[in-house]
Amino acid sequence: MADNVDEDSPDRIKAGDYVVLKRGDIFKAVQIQPKKKAMFEKQWFLPDTAVGQLYGSTFDVAPGGILQPRKPKDTEGSTDANEAGTDNRHILDDGKSQKLTRDDIEILKGQGLKDQEIIQQLVDNSSTFRDKTKYAQDKYIKKKKKKYENTVTILRPSCRILAMMYHGREPGKICHMRYDMLAQMLTLANIHAGSKVLVFETCAGLVLGSVMERMGGYGSVIQMFPGGGPVRAGVESFGFPAHFHDTLHEFPICHVNALLAGTLDTACKDPPAGRGQCPYFMFFFYFQAQERKVKLEEKRKKLASAAALLEGRNADGLVIASRFHPCPVLLGLIQFLSPSRPFVVYSQYKEPLIECFTKLKERGGTVNLRLTDTWLRRYQVLPNRTHPLLLMSGAGGFILSGTTVAVDDSKPANSQRAEERISSCLV
Amino acid sequence: MRGTRARATAFRSRHPRLPANGCSVEPAQTSRDRRPTVLAMSFVEYSDLIQDGDVAIVYLGPESMMPVKVKQGAQTQTRYGVIRHSSDLIGRRYGSKVTCSKGGWVYVLHMTPELWTVNLPHRTQILYTTDIATITMMLELKPGAVVCESGTGSGSLSHAILRSIAPSGHLHTVEFHQQRAEKAEEEFKEHRVDRLVTVRNQDVCKDGFGVTGVADAVFLDIPSPWEAVRHAKAAMKRQGGRVCSFSPCIEQVQKTCEALVDQGFEELSTLEVLLRVHDVRTVYLPLPDFGPDETAPQTSVALKTTTLPREMPGHTGYLTFATKPRT
Repeated sequence: MADNVDEDSPDRIKAGDYVVLKRGDIFKAVQIQPKKKAMFEKQWFLPDTAVGQLYGSTFDVAPGGILQPRKPKDTEGSTDANEAGTDNRHILDDGKSQKLTRDDIEILKGQGLKDQEIIQQLVDNSSTFRDKTKYAQDKYIKKKKKKYENTVTILRPSCRILAMMYHGREPGKICHMRYDMLAQMLTLANIHAGSKVLVFETCAGLVLGSVMERMGGYGSVIQMFPGGGPVRAGVESFGFPAHFHDTLHEFPICHVNALLAGTLDTACKDPPAGRGQCPYFMFFFYFQAQERKVKLEEKRKKLASAAALLEGRNADGLVIASRFHPCPVLLGLIQFLSPSRPFVVYSQYKEPLIECFTKLKERGGTVNLRLTDTWLRRYQVLPNRTHPLLLMSGAGGFILSGTTVAVDDSKPANSQRAEERISSCLV
Repeated sequence: MRGTRARATAFRSRHPRLPANGCSVEPAQTSRDRRPTVLAMSFVEYSDLIQDGDVAIVYLGPESMMPVKVKQGAQTQTRYGVIRHSSDLIGRRYGSKVTCSKGGWVYVLHMTPELWTVNLPHRTQILYTTDIATITMMLELKPGAVVCESGTGSGSLSHAILRSIAPSGHLHTVEFHQQRAEKAEEEFKEHRVDRLVTVRNQDVCKDGFGVTGVADAVFLDIPSPWEAVRHAKAAMKRQGGRVCSFSPCIEQVQKTCEALVDQGFEELSTLEVLLRVHDVRTVYLPLPDFGPDETAPQTSVALKTTTLPREMPGHTGYLTFATKPRT
């Protein structure tokens, strides 16, 4: 199977890859690890049995949790040339039209029948099926497919897929940010390759990962983080190549004030080396202390490099999306931006953003302030059955966006000469 | 009905893959800051100082901006007076406050695709940032992506795509109207993004995008997108990709979805996105007078809240997305 020159090799699933499992509209991000089980839609299976297959493939879940590639033609059932009725005036909804019982269906499942075959059995054993209209038959089959489908599609992760996944599965983890709101944020903040972007988020790393995806490994991203350490679980799910992580820095917000005041000391402070003989039984503690020293040194180096990127106060963009009150975060971090650069603040609630708006107006130094939200509506498009879907996502959060400008009028280098020139003209 | 048969003319200025002169673009390996170095401002790269040849935005006030081509010796008239490019703009930092001859002042902003969208000269109806943002994410645009687009129109979406795919991607954009195609090509050159884009003056429904098997994403904003679906499929990479069609009318959407299904596209999704702009203001609500009451000295309460405009944009178009599987 594996060729010397496998053109498709970059598109094949490898062990260790971060992937997204999909069935219909349900997604789940997992890492492919040898012999590790994954639970998805009430089923257990082994994702590593898909290693070597192409991304985007759909698999049947065979007994034992083995994933078997599904041929594309299998997915089409025969819904044509059945007889159909014209309307439902004679159809009685008495719950007795399906002759197969739950037990019958379990027996069929146990016999190893594929999902289309089970659905065919249900259709054949339904006394009202052929009286339904063609549309009702389609709807019935679609519903049964959803229930009995035994397939999994394996996708490459992307911002789009992960944003939809988090919104559907764990909206609380991402401050209830709907995926179209994330889309607005990334565009309004003009995230692009080569810029220097500050991100403060408590969205499990989804926002950070999305920013990194849009930067393509160019430029730098500085994650400002509260507390002890940066949370980046969501970033891993993107499956970025290793060099992307070289562009990612972090800076704890507890040092922001010191950095702004110019009092942050990131120089190496070597404690006086404790020379002298260590008794044998002290070696263990010595090595532990060495390890800790190495770790601290690493941490100091990271802090120094992030501080170096920040202290120029010339960042190109700021993205805030967290459960913290956005006002102090925004007022604190906006000081790191160059003039004429965009910033975007997301909040689940509108009122904190109203406060930000008001405070920024008082402070000055920003233009084009806008408080917005988006309304997303999805549609079912089928011949003679096109309409908006019955359920809409109600809440998606709010965004405050704007552009920085010079707070004070900075005297340019040639202004004095210019003034002389003008005054000489007026003479 | 379409008039003269459109000729396929490729306005290709430079090899699409090589960076422009003076621009060294590397993935994050070298300097700590890892910024690609460019000579001058462009729509896809920030610079700090205003330079001769830049296209900048002069901000006069809320909802009042204008694009300005910066040129030695030139002047721009505003309601606050004259701005003299050589003395007031060139060499100054973007974001600076500039005082005009009559004493009033403006800000000079660095161009972004979003600012361009609201300030560009319309030759056609354009796409606005709300739809553009949705399209960018749903088509999974990112640096290095190869994108095909038709019609180019006024270039609103084109500039946003270029920003997202720079420095290593490429945009193939098709426009059947000759003057519009020429104007777009001019603008891309002026905005220093021409190395990233190829404009073709042809009819996408008949002649396709001019490339095959290269695109990660295809975008259609044309009257009859169903006629271009097979060309979209041909332009896309064998491994697959994303497609989007934008149509104002539901009938167009229906026909396009049928064509997409026929051509084997999957994961069809039609949606629309509307923007609501909330106006922050303080309102005063009067309190009722129920008679003498020591505990209620006020006559009104001030409330900081937002209001929505009386009329808001209710529809721009339906966005239909789909995935091309591996073929």
